[in-house]
Amino acid sequence: MSHLLDRLNFFQSKELEQFSDGWGQTTAENRDWEDTYRNRWRHDKIVRSTHGVNCTGSCSWKIYVKSGIVTWETQQTDYPRTRAGLPNHEPRGCARGASYSWYLYSANRVKNPLIRGALMRAWRKMRETMTPVAAWAAIQNDPALRASYVTTRGKGGFVRATWDEATEIVAAANAYTAKTYGPDRVFGFSPIPAMSMVSYAAGSRYLSLLGGTCMSFYDWYCDLPPASPQTWGEQTDVPESADWYNAGFLMLWGSNVPQTRTPDAHFYTEVRYRGTKSAVVSPDYSEAAKFGDIWLNPQAGTDAALAMAMGHVILREYHLDRQAAYFEEYARKYTDMPMLVRLDARDGRLVPGRMLRADDFDDKLGEANNPDWKTVAYDEASGQVVAPNGSIGFRWGEEGKWNLEQRAKGVEANLRLSQILKEHHDEVVGVDFPYFGGVATGAFVKCDHPEVLTRNIPARRVTLAGGEEVLVATVFDLFCANYGLDRGLGGDWVSKDFSDDSPYTPAWAEKITGVAAEKIIAVAREFAGNAEKTRGKSMVILGAGLNHWYHMDMNYRGIINMLVMCGCIGQEGGGWSHYVGQEKLRPQTGWQPLAFALDWSRPPRHMNSTSCWYAHTDQWRYETLRAGEILSPTAPEGDWDISLIDYNIRAERMGWLPSAPQLKTNPLEVSKAAKAAGKDIPAYVAEQLKSGALQMSCEDPDAPENWPRNLFVWRSNLLGSSGKGHEYFLKHLLGTDHGVMGKDLGEEGGVMPKEAIWHDQAPKGKLDLLVTIDFRMSTTCVYSDIVLPTASWYEKDDLNTSDMHPFIHPLQAAVDPAYESKSDWEIFKSIARKFSEVAPEVLGVETDIVQLPLLHDTPGELAQAHVKDWKKGECDLIPGKTAPNYIAVERDYPNLYKKFTSVGPLLEKLGNGGKGITWDTSAEVGHLRDLNGVVQDDGVSKGHAKLETAIDAAEMILMLAPETNGEVAVKAWQELEKPTGRHHAHLAEGAHHTKIRFRDIAAQPRKIISSPTWSGIESEDVCYNAGYTNVHELIPWRTLTGRQQLYQDHLWMRAFGEGFVSYRPPVDLKTITAAVNTDAAEGSPHVVLNFITPHQKWGIHSTYTDNLLMLTLNRGGPVVWMSEVDAQKAGLVDNDWVEAYNINGALTARVVVSQRIKQGTLFMYHAQEKIVNTPGSEKTGLRGGIHNSVTRTTLKPTHMIGGYAQLSYGFNYYGTVGSNRDEFVIVRKMKKIDWLDTPASGPATGKVEAAE
Amino acid sequence: MHNFLFGIYPYIALSVLLIGSVVRYERDPFTWKTSSSQMLRRKQLIIGSILFHVGVLVIFFGHLFGLLTPIWIFDAMGISHGAKQLLAVVAGGIAGVVALVGGGMLMHRRWTDPRIRKTSSFADIAILALLLAQLVLGVGTVFVSIQHLDGYEMTKFMAWAQGIVTFQAGAAAHIADAALIFKLHLFLGLTIFLVFPFTRLVHIISGFFAPLRYLFLRAGYQLVRSRRRRPLEERRRAFDARQARRGPAATTPAE
Repeated sequence: MSHLLDRLNFFQSKELEQFSDGWGQTTAENRDWEDTYRNRWRHDKIVRSTHGVNCTGSCSWKIYVKSGIVTWETQQTDYPRTRAGLPNHEPRGCARGASYSWYLYSANRVKNPLIRGALMRAWRKMRETMTPVAAWAAIQNDPALRASYVTTRGKGGFVRATWDEATEIVAAANAYTAKTYGPDRVFGFSPIPAMSMVSYAAGSRYLSLLGGTCMSFYDWYCDLPPASPQTWGEQTDVPESADWYNAGFLMLWGSNVPQTRTPDAHFYTEVRYRGTKSAVVSPDYSEAAKFGDIWLNPQAGTDAALAMAMGHVILREYHLDRQAAYFEEYARKYTDMPMLVRLDARDGRLVPGRMLRADDFDDKLGEANNPDWKTVAYDEASGQVVAPNGSIGFRWGEEGKWNLEQRAKGVEANLRLSQILKEHHDEVVGVDFPYFGGVATGAFVKCDHPEVLTRNIPARRVTLAGGEEVLVATVFDLFCANYGLDRGLGGDWVSKDFSDDSPYTPAWAEKITGVAAEKIIAVAREFAGNAEKTRGKSMVILGAGLNHWYHMDMNYRGIINMLVMCGCIGQEGGGWSHYVGQEKLRPQTGWQPLAFALDWSRPPRHMNSTSCWYAHTDQWRYETLRAGEILSPTAPEGDWDISLIDYNIRAERMGWLPSAPQLKTNPLEVSKAAKAAGKDIPAYVAEQLKSGALQMSCEDPDAPENWPRNLFVWRSNLLGSSGKGHEYFLKHLLGTDHGVMGKDLGEEGGVMPKEAIWHDQAPKGKLDLLVTIDFRMSTTCVYSDIVLPTASWYEKDDLNTSDMHPFIHPLQAAVDPAYESKSDWEIFKSIARKFSEVAPEVLGVETDIVQLPLLHDTPGELAQAHVKDWKKGECDLIPGKTAPNYIAVERDYPNLYKKFTSVGPLLEKLGNGGKGITWDTSAEVGHLRDLNGVVQDDGVSKGHAKLETAIDAAEMILMLAPETNGEVAVKAWQELEKPTGRHHAHLAEGAHHTKIRFRDIAAQPRKIISSPTWSGIESEDVCYNAGYTNVHELIPWRTLTGRQQLYQDHLWMRAFGEGFVSYRPPVDLKTITAAVNTDAAEGSPHVVLNFITPHQKWGIHSTYTDNLLMLTLNRGGPVVWMSEVDAQKAGLVDNDWVEAYNINGALTARVVVSQRIKQGTLFMYHAQEKIVNTPGSEKTGLRGGIHNSVTRTTLKPTHMIGGYAQLSYGFNYYGTVGSNRDEFVIVRKMKKIDWLDTPASGPATGKVEAAE
Repeated sequence: MHNFLFGIYPYIALSVLLIGSVVRYERDPFTWKTSSSQMLRRKQLIIGSILFHVGVLVIFFGHLFGLLTPIWIFDAMGISHGAKQLLAVVAGGIAGVVALVGGGMLMHRRWTDPRIRKTSSFADIAILALLLAQLVLGVGTVFVSIQHLDGYEMTKFMAWAQGIVTFQAGAAAHIADAALIFKLHLFLGLTIFLVFPFTRLVHIISGFFAPLRYLFLRAGYQLVRSRRRRPLEERRRAFDARQARRGPAATTPAE
């Protein structure tokens, strides 16, 4: 009752009893004070939600609400159990997720719509007399007015706005842009939908109805491993983390599981208790390294050399000296190794050429359908060349033979792997292989081996159609020669002894990587030995550490080859576990119609961001890398030494890559002209392109007609995190202050591009309007014109999935969106509503022309068996065949809002599907009408299912997707049975009546249903593992041969020396010039280091890096890490302020000096916001910069290939990737720490603003 | 006025001290603390704090015994008033200077260290300022005292203090002709009593009681709080008694 009176208890014994001989006593003191702590953790309700962007964790969380306020979060522990003998998934979560609730009520929260002051002033002035679109036009047509807000981007000056006014500006800008330049000038960037797929879909649905451009992310982040589509025809598919527990030998290669896969790391710990051996490959002593039984620390960037040497050992000991039966059988059935390759003569020497096809033979081997896409091999029994089932030619145009049965023309076929036996080859010939190890940048080791290595191959002479006689070899024989293995055929550059100094031996690799040869041999033996005993249960977890290099394909293919050699792909507990940013959107085929408005119009506009930003931030104008530098010495004759942008233009022109914008002329106008000319749209566009009357935008990225005009950024921090070449973004795209220190090719007098039109004056400020939608004031928000406050992840309803576990679970609104924020769904809905009000001023029902590249998983992937450029007259321009397709799409602009909020008619008309199969889905659309209700208002949407709320949208995804609707899954598998001719529906039949709805997953995360969209299955017998259905259901990989494609025979692949894998050192980006390195000139202490940006511990990309709780756990601002040796060279001690710079720009950070870091490397953990504790740079005079201030994107031509089986474009599937690890920086101590915290001077930001 | 300041004000101050402290303890027990800033910065704190506290404790007990010990006890012990005054001046003077140095360091630290300045409340700074002013006045009285070393002046303060605590009307008259600096010193001292419950000074009370309780009242080294209200043995006997009244329990099938 009273604290004081309770203490005044002298007359009553407080003592109850004594114990331990009186040393202890029990008292009866008042315990009310304990209630204080009970109240601290008391709450009103718990709501299930999770974290909606960036993190693959997909951990379900309990959100605690007290008095209407989110107070804290803890991990959910109610995941469905795993099968017996397998540890459970929970608890999932990490310190970063646990700190999220801090954001909700923090000062960083965006609370109201914000508009750049100068823009707001101009808008209000114009709106006094003008209609919205006219007002926006007036601002854009007045250069001084436009410059007044464009040049102040990133310099503060936001004012509060109402939702009504903010959405009106956005809608007017979109309408003006669509009318003036074309709807494809409205861009939208939002990453990886899997973590909040409805929020992503909100923006992309709006853009797709508008005709705007949805930009890719996976490739731009360089998390897409192009080696995966190259090898498997699969974007990325990986085992779930629980499958680590089934591995017998587990390698971690450039992946830091405990740090970056925190919620899954327990499986790694657990499998080690089970007795699994683990090898960790990491240049630094990472958190993962301490888990390893053995730690290999190669020089960063030389992983391919390590993998090549291990492959050398495995081939020698398990395929050549002794043939492990399981490995040989696997190679024969599931890889392209038995397939025949032509040996082409070049300057009197032989190089591996195209794979031989049925079409090459007189009778086309009896294949009438797509003979040019059916690869061939020798059948052991008949000794004849056959075209076995499964190659991509069987996928399209016929049924029943696209499978991996060991058959050809209905007869069993046992394919010959090698022609090594005397009776199987006609002669032994020398074949040339390129070798790239002789040239390397910086301190990377250079070898003195020649650039062409000729090795002996057993070859057979084959007579082709027309009597032509050619030499052919199997992929396996070439593959072994490529690894430098002596097979008793004599000749140079092959070895029998692991200690020879010859390319790809362990001794050679030791020189390059610094890892002892005996360690390489030991790990390779254990890896393969385990796989042999367990039938493939050796696994490699790999990640960003390898994939962010320019030649990431080589790192990856080196490792993939090891796994394929040992039969690990598609086997539980084995395989390739690439975990970087891929974020499996499990109900993908249910989501796509919602996200890209496929229910109303098809196709949507997709763009690969890397090529797009490369062109539109004008990074191409500064390109220092020539294609000639990376070309193979064995390249076929051709015009190869051109600029990288030229390659990209050719790729877009031939329909390989998408374009944005697409045509220089507004497509709405082109369609009118076509109609006026009375012509069919594809024919009209083809004719006009050929005549030159129409021009593709890609050829002139700097022409004002081709600029991206409006950009939406949502769920993303494009400028503070993923924007490689940050300073170029600021300079050219935004037109504001920037730190670019280099000069462009014009000023430098460099070699000009041949195809791209050069403007002497580079444009500055291409964007008319940058709109960012975020819950926190990120770096991107700071540079935006309009910032819209969105609901946090605990304030909205959405769906969340991951590739790390098989569950789908929700984000839910634990509380209403705080302040004036709204969910992404509601924001885009309100923009759509406003747009429909504003647009009729200039737009009605229009015909848009969408340019579509040759897509993977469509017959278009068989378009170009040979590379031919119509512009050079090598072929005719045939849309959809030798060039992109041009498709007319109707845009009903005044009804955009009605379309946005209802499920359109095309699903019932055209069905739904993905990855090459389509099924009827009218039953599901009917169910949606029952579930969501039917639109009653008159208009285009009357009678259709409603899409009013985010939950309605979530139900649409769940209803349409095979993964969450068993009925659809069965239908989808049945569709796949047509091309394969095999029974698959059994995989989903047990789940026929399972339908997962939003309320189900709100109650508990649910395991999804097996679907043909993915290559693994959900089962009680095995964990999810990529490639499982290829191996066990004999569904072909979606590649040229239908098998795992280890030889890439496309012309460009051969030209760039990547037919087979090899070691390619980092490229020289030439960013440390004498002009920029003033420290070298002055002789002041500095050090030049390779700049690496791994994923961090205190944030998930840039999220949490401005979170006080996480800042407190680190040094409270940007840091870089370096070795003690390098620090000494530059005269640095721990915690000094340093500046890192090169011609791309400069960044400032504190330095962490650590023994952990390998010499020669500077670590800067990815994406530390420059809005927290970042002083000004001495070099640029501007605020520090982010990690991407010193990087610049560089394209790789082999990633542009299209129209060629697995090498065909798909959104986030194939295309150029934004690598950034080959970069070097100069690091020096800062002399003066200037926080730039004095008020800006000048009339622009003086008292005038304050007075308003 | 004089009568109010030294006859009535002391009772107001002491009442506020007493009632205010009780109320604070009841209402806000978690604010009853020293609010130490040691976690924020140790610099200057250790030396400053020790000097200050040692000095202040000596002064506190000097005043307590010096003022409240009845004069006849000194007389009985044969300690002359002059000698007592000399002791007070020398010991008090040294302790005062020690406390002043320590307090100065603490004040400097609190005022100039940005982290501590930011986390300080008004009361934190004000009470330190008051204590420093009181120390300056206290040390200042030494210069007046040494001008007449007969101890007579001192006995007047003793009479006043003892008069106040024994509720004698007219206690204020004892010091009517005291020097101004003494009056200021007394007034400020009373004011410190007045603000006592609103500041971190409350830790003086717990500072005395908590250690004493541990030293003298604790029985065991390990104290365990129990939800039980009665000792276990007693509860067991009561339980057994209740069971007995109910008669023997029916045998369970297992038995």
